[in-house]
Amino acid sequence: MAYDYAPFPYTPPPGLTQPEPRHRVVIVGAGPIGLAMAIDLAQQGIASVVLDDNNVVSVGSRAICWAKRTLEIFDRLGVGERMLAKGVTWKVGRNFHHNEQVYAFDLLPEPGHKYPAFINLQQYYVEQYLAERAQDFPDLIDLRFLNKVTDHADHGDHVTLDITTPDGNYTLEADYYLACDGAGSATRTRMDLPFKGQTFEEHFLIVDVEMETSPFGNHDTPERWFWFNPPFHNGQSALLHKQPDNIYRIDLQLGPDTDPQIEATEAKVIPRIKAIVGDTPFRLDWMSVYKFRCAKLDRFVHNRVIFVGDSAHVVSPFGARGGNGGIQDLDNLGWKLAAVLQGKAAQSLLETYNTERVHGSAENILNSSRATNFMTPKSPIEALFRDQVLDLAADHPFARKLINSGRLSQPCTLAESPLQTPGDAPVPPGTPLLDAPILDAQGPAWLLSKAQGSFTLLTAGPAYLPDIAGIARIGINQSNDYPCYRSEDGHVETRYGTDKIYLLRPDGHVCAVFDTPDPTAIIAARDRALGATL
Amino acid sequence: MILDDKLGRDADAFYNALMDTHEGLDETESHALNARLVLIFANEIGDLDRLKTLLTTARQNTTS
Repeated sequence: MAYDYAPFPYTPPPGLTQPEPRHRVVIVGAGPIGLAMAIDLAQQGIASVVLDDNNVVSVGSRAICWAKRTLEIFDRLGVGERMLAKGVTWKVGRNFHHNEQVYAFDLLPEPGHKYPAFINLQQYYVEQYLAERAQDFPDLIDLRFLNKVTDHADHGDHVTLDITTPDGNYTLEADYYLACDGAGSATRTRMDLPFKGQTFEEHFLIVDVEMETSPFGNHDTPERWFWFNPPFHNGQSALLHKQPDNIYRIDLQLGPDTDPQIEATEAKVIPRIKAIVGDTPFRLDWMSVYKFRCAKLDRFVHNRVIFVGDSAHVVSPFGARGGNGGIQDLDNLGWKLAAVLQGKAAQSLLETYNTERVHGSAENILNSSRATNFMTPKSPIEALFRDQVLDLAADHPFARKLINSGRLSQPCTLAESPLQTPGDAPVPPGTPLLDAPILDAQGPAWLLSKAQGSFTLLTAGPAYLPDIAGIARIGINQSNDYPCYRSEDGHVETRYGTDKIYLLRPDGHVCAVFDTPDPTAIIAARDRALGATL
Repeated sequence: MILDDKLGRDADAFYNALMDTHEGLDETESHALNARLVLIFANEIGDLDRLKTLLTTARQNTTS
């Protein structure tokens, strides 16, 4: 059954009839990044206005693969469990050469995590769930659909925006302008910012088909299947994913010399799908033909205008590093912007959003460029090497590691960032917390859901965690006058050790580790994470 | 002869560097580069028994 694209309501904004007081934050773009950004800020008491020139969720499934770390961020935003319940969980990828499997990988081989390696969930569901979650904050999130930003200007300590609506034009002022307006960002174009990178010449066809019979055959677990030179699509590559509602995503490489207008027609697409699924009945749900780009801005922070998500960086889809990278952006920015607006940190803290996420997006671009290069050889010699790797892979493990159909999204390490206090521990500074099962008063629970959203001290050892204003405390296998939980199956101790005290940032990244609960050292590390030493 | 992975996390970086080394060469030049690479790598390995095994292993995968 096709998704029902119900329009969001439009109400004439107050600025049409009288000037609005200056807002703290205006978010331009109500896609997954803009909506999640608004929720993150609202959870910290920061109000925002969200402007979007459209009034429906994204048409077509678009971003479908949501990685474990993204789901953990969605958990903090109050939508993770809903996404998990609707999404198709998977963790195994298989690479085929012709009809033979040459390599399989398991992205989450260990138990004891609330969220799986990946779920597949259409972007329209992600946006719908985020938009519905945003409505839980009527006093803090002002969603304005059919409000198109036509111009903006940075005045040093605030930004002005010109906006057009079905009922006329108005202007807004805001302390910060968050450009979440996607790969074709009009904000970026207006500011004439170079968006540098690599364009790949290959065309790819992306098709969603709905069908009752699984193209994974008797395989009962959905996986990621990738073919080099499959018998049904000679000389090219193909990718298969399962989405909810019996919808399957099929990506087909078409080569550089195809006409996208002709390829994106039912007359051309249906025979290609029949070559894969045979005579099984199916319904075409969505299709698109496009080329990929890997590019990014040099800087994501331009004084009061901050780029978040695809407006700042785009990648090819092989590796699921686009949407997932964008969600990590807002996870990084949310607590920092809240701290600056609440007077807990200087504006210079926002510069570390720039450095930390420029670093993260560079890693994403590197990985997705390498995968796309492997999949689309640019010269006969590149094709020769690629084909010999695939041939060798049948016998030799080393060659299987060279096969690159996408290195799937992983959070980058922020160990080099000045916000972290260097240290050594099983979960070292700069890495996101590791989830583990625990028991709370109600029964089985997850460490992840207790430990994100504020600065938090965590230990699975005997140390008594000191009471410091603004820092939450979690003791594992303790009984003290702060939240304490029992570890289940020993996972917390295994993952964190029992001789360390961890300080987590509000985005769940370890920013310091301690051998003893020394309040002076803990306060210094917290202040450093808030930018005190910048 | 089964060849296990020794490149580890550097596998993608090596492969990309290899492709970059061929960038801009025509096919004849690339074949010459590959020949030089084989000779240089052989010298680096420096063990005739090992090299003979590797030569045989590569030949076995010839699809002809």
